[in-house]
Amino acid sequence: MPSRPKSSRVDTAFHATLVLAGLGVATVLAGVAWEVLSLSGEALSKGGIGFLTGTTWDPVTEEFGALPALYGTLLTSAVALVIAVPLGIGSAVFLSEIATSRVATVVGVLVDLLAAIPSVIYGLWGLFVLAPLLREHVQPAVQAVFGDFPLFAGTPLGVGYGTAGLLLAIMVIPVITSVSREVLRAVPETQREAATALGATRFEVIRGTVLPYARRGLVGAVVLGLGRALGETMAVTMVIGNRYDISASLFAPGYTLAAVIANEFSEAFSPHYLSALAGLAVVLLGTTLILNAGARLLVRGVATGGARKNGDRHRFSRKSVSVPISVPSSDPGKEAPDGRP
Amino acid sequence: MDALEAVRLRPVSPRLGRRRFADRVFRAAVFGAVIVVLMPLAAILGTIVVRGAPALNWDFLTSLPKPVGETGGGVGHAILGTLILALGGLLMAVPVGVPAGVFLASDRMPRLAGAIRMCADVLAGVPSIVVGMFAYTLLVLPFKQFSALAGAFALSVIMLPTIARTTEEVVRLVPSTLTEAALALGAPRWRVMLKVVLPSAGKGVAAGIIAAFSRGAGETAPLMFTAFGSQFLSFSPLQPIAALPLVLFNYAVSPYDDWHAQAWAAALVLAALVLAGNVIARFATARRSS
Amino acid sequence: MQMTMKGAGFLGIAMAVVGLALPGMATAQNVTGAGATFQFPLQSKWSSEYGKANPGVRVNYQSIGSGGGIRQITARTVQFGATDGPMTDAQLAEAKDPILHVPVTLGAVAVAVNLPEVTSALNLTGPVVADIFLGKITKWNDPAIAATNKGLVLPDRAITVAHRSDGSGTTFIFVDYLAKVSPEWKDKVGVATSVNWPAGLGAKGNEGVAGTVKQTPGSIGYVELTYALQNGIPTARMQNPTGEFVAPSVDAVTKAAAAASANLPEDLRVSITNAPGAGAYPIAGFSWVLVYRDQSDCTVASALLKYLWWGVHAGQAFATPLHYAPLPAGVVSRCEAKLKSVTCNGAPVL
Repeated sequence: MPSRPKSSRVDTAFHATLVLAGLGVATVLAGVAWEVLSLSGEALSKGGIGFLTGTTWDPVTEEFGALPALYGTLLTSAVALVIAVPLGIGSAVFLSEIATSRVATVVGVLVDLLAAIPSVIYGLWGLFVLAPLLREHVQPAVQAVFGDFPLFAGTPLGVGYGTAGLLLAIMVIPVITSVSREVLRAVPETQREAATALGATRFEVIRGTVLPYARRGLVGAVVLGLGRALGETMAVTMVIGNRYDISASLFAPGYTLAAVIANEFSEAFSPHYLSALAGLAVVLLGTTLILNAGARLLVRGVATGGARKNGDRHRFSRKSVSVPISVPSSDPGKEAPDGRP
Repeated sequence: MDALEAVRLRPVSPRLGRRRFADRVFRAAVFGAVIVVLMPLAAILGTIVVRGAPALNWDFLTSLPKPVGETGGGVGHAILGTLILALGGLLMAVPVGVPAGVFLASDRMPRLAGAIRMCADVLAGVPSIVVGMFAYTLLVLPFKQFSALAGAFALSVIMLPTIARTTEEVVRLVPSTLTEAALALGAPRWRVMLKVVLPSAGKGVAAGIIAAFSRGAGETAPLMFTAFGSQFLSFSPLQPIAALPLVLFNYAVSPYDDWHAQAWAAALVLAALVLAGNVIARFATARRSS
Repeated sequence: MQMTMKGAGFLGIAMAVVGLALPGMATAQNVTGAGATFQFPLQSKWSSEYGKANPGVRVNYQSIGSGGGIRQITARTVQFGATDGPMTDAQLAEAKDPILHVPVTLGAVAVAVNLPEVTSALNLTGPVVADIFLGKITKWNDPAIAATNKGLVLPDRAITVAHRSDGSGTTFIFVDYLAKVSPEWKDKVGVATSVNWPAGLGAKGNEGVAGTVKQTPGSIGYVELTYALQNGIPTARMQNPTGEFVAPSVDAVTKAAAAASANLPEDLRVSITNAPGAGAYPIAGFSWVLVYRDQSDCTVASALLKYLWWGVHAGQAFATPLHYAPLPAGVVSRCEAKLKSVTCNGAPVL
């Protein structure tokens, strides 16, 4: 059997190649991080913690603080996720669990198209279509309902945190949807069949079996979307309002880390100014890192919590096993959206 | 749906009625989600078609740009440039990204994989202009020359995490029974990976690559200080090269109506290019895997 | 799947090899320049016209902003830079080798006003505009505005200030003017391509500012003159040091430059905002091309210098139709001297 050791050697080499490629990804990030860290050294050492907590951005006196931009980045990404997560995962559930395969194919292509639209086009559209629409119709209507509620205070400008968050949501949804859909598709058919055989409705199958099984992958999809939201540059720059300030109102103009860099990088005229912009990049990288680590912890928590919930559902399913409900065909994908009831 | 079935389906307890109601609400909700998600697509495509179509013709697609005040002129050089840059980016990103994704999915070195996964996610969140700065420092400053090569490299950095993470996700989805069966038959791991896992995940991997291509082709900021842009047709990897998003951006911020019309037309071309590539690749992979 | 991956890998290597093996593939002489967005339309016109007469020369100009132009010429990644704000002494020192400023055209900034109640152009003085942008004058019926607009009924409307959010040569010219007419502006804000604005909304690009002004009743902003003229944006008449209120126009900008050209400094780095002289528009400035005085590649240097020489002479004819102010004759002769002083390895290029 001379082939055995040879194939195990090939195996080792193969695995080494994979590890090398993985390290390649890490190397690129290290390169980017080294680049911004070395460039930002001056601003960070001069400003210290004040660089993070400062609220002034004055290129003339060279006083630089990152807080308003950090706030804007976090707020817009949060708004984007609040909108995008239910819509994105909901669409993925519809596509993989409820729609007929033909509908799912067509809508799937459309969602992929949405993901493919370049961000500069999103920016153009956001500035010339979405912002005027919000300013003239949506924002006044919201203010009429909520009055002086601080979240919606201020003159309706059309641009600001809320608009940027909404545009980001539109950009992030297809990412979340298409990844979630793949994740849901991978849930073994046997899982669905078992739950269905126990008498669960489609909703119960999805809530009790499919989603818990896919939870890890779904959080991965959301993290991928969050990554895009945090770093998005061109589109946000066009609709954020570009005011270096902190405001509680979603209608107020603000700034994000990436938008400041994009607006000012080409004109940064002094080494210290350039260094401060690189400092913003460091803050952004750090934020992404922290949020990622947080999401990872969340996945771990969710994975254990999910298992417990899964147990609950089984108990429920046992109870309802005697309910005389028709058993759908083995392929739920082929069912009409309006289904049995 | 005949009478017999209607009888069979009649709720036997109020509790079942509630469950059915919840089911119906749920179906309506996810259906509504899809509708809401598709609305912006219609709005965006509608806008660029309405505003871009008037300036669009064969000449626009094939000729070189003309200066302000002269009618005609097009973005042929930029269409070609964008294709060269995005394909060049893929050539650099795929050979690293796909094996990296396979490694992340392999679970053989979980701690290292966890660290690399985090790197990929953080890299995906790096603003594109910072990636441009990186490529500029690495490939433009030392050679004192803006180049297509530097632009393609910047795009590859943007594509890399998308490719690695989607590859990981789809490889993970390949049922472990499939892998185990192959391993049980005595096939070595690398062979299982190449002959069983990747082919069955191929469609998903391809989808990830296409998504990366789309994202790369639409990037503006990382090209400003790398590929740089050009008014001329260029095939040299060591010379500045044009790209559609750069042309679009420059025209959109100009003071001239003529250029604004061309900016929308360029947006339409860029969207069509990216979307057509998407659809074609999708059908191609669908046929191959079936 | 793995076949296509292998194929892709080989193709990548092949492409890299071809790329490295054929660095000078292009037969045409490439000249690359970059900088001020303001010069982009003019430079692209020049490149096209010059290319018709000299098919062997391809001048590639990219608009990356004035600061970008200065940084790239300093890093020697381009053969010429372009800027709306002159390089500072510190920036020149950083470049190590001497860099020449050659004016190629003139820029000006128009003050755009959206006041639905008033149909004729407002007359504004520099200090009033400075106080508006400082946030000190907040109503359109403020006595300071009314003083220069007798006969107009000014509404009791709040003023919304719109300014550029991105760094810009347009901002530089505007705040340079405000600093000259308002000591408070000079102390509190200062002069740069981007500043810490005491009031108002930021918008990206001339487009953004014009859009904000157009859509916000009661707003005031500043846009590049070319942009205002091209798009018919309502603008204010500004008071110049002789006391006249002058509407922004190409002609009024050239007059401002002519008034300043009598005493240009040796290095041509000069601010012509608030220039005296009849009919001179006060918010104007030169836009320069930046070249190294001592070139090392004589083929490139020759192509570059011939192009620039053509630009300050024949090229000026293309300025007015694009709403650029042509250089006054007195300035052109100074440009000639500058261009002639460029050497390549010790020998004059032109």
